[in-house]
Amino acid sequence: MERIPILQMGPFLLVTIQVDMHDQLALTLQDDLSERISKTSARGVLIDISALDMVDSFIGRMIDTISSLSKIMDAQTVLVGMQPAVAITLVELGLTLPGVSTALNVDRGMKLLQQRVLEQ
Amino acid sequence: MTVRSSGTHPINIEQDVVLARQLARKLATECGMRLIDLTKMVTAVSELARNTMVYGGGGDMDWQIIDEGARTGLRLLFRDEGPGIPDIKLAMTDGWTSGSGLGLGLTGAKRLVDDFELDTAPGQGTRITITRWT
Repeated sequence: MERIPILQMGPFLLVTIQVDMHDQLALTLQDDLSERISKTSARGVLIDISALDMVDSFIGRMIDTISSLSKIMDAQTVLVGMQPAVAITLVELGLTLPGVSTALNVDRGMKLLQQRVLEQ
Repeated sequence: MTVRSSGTHPINIEQDVVLARQLARKLATECGMRLIDLTKMVTAVSELARNTMVYGGGGDMDWQIIDEGARTGLRLLFRDEGPGIPDIKLAMTDGWTSGSGLGLGLTGAKRLVDDFELDTAPGQGTRITITRWT
């Protein structure tokens, strides 16, 4: 079965979405991530969507769910790399992802995660 | 108004939604659409194609590249023979959903395009036409 790889980097999990996802693939990622957070006791999740040229309400909801899920499991989620055209479209669509932390790129996202974990 | 090219794309399984997005991207590029307009159009396609598959039980996306004066547009018709939408006003309300979604599909798609036409009745299927101009 097709899957999006989840990499571990110290206390963090790293996901780079590089394919045009169909809905089932997005749901599988959601399940895989919650399982990996629990298995690795990860403190943070970084989701890189710089390769995505579209985020619709389904993918938006998946991102929101992952963020809420990880929060309950004591891990932080940071979404990075959203393309400007994708951001504009998401807002117009009516999806502002209020519960999701974002950073411009992977580097800044990593720093944000490290800061947050240190603060705790 | 002249139709430069046209075709039909089936929407029956999840992978067809992905292919519909990719086709719309290719067609919008052919029209010379700017990246931001193209992204909005492709996102609208994703929402409507998913509706066709999930709520309409599958259907088709008819596409046309049209020229009108100095402007070029991409017109798409999503049609299914499904149960139709009993209450259009309710369906066009932000946040309302008959399924498990966010209720942003129809209303969101409408905001992302220049023209949006909904033609549906209970038991008569659903036809949604969207157009985005360059």
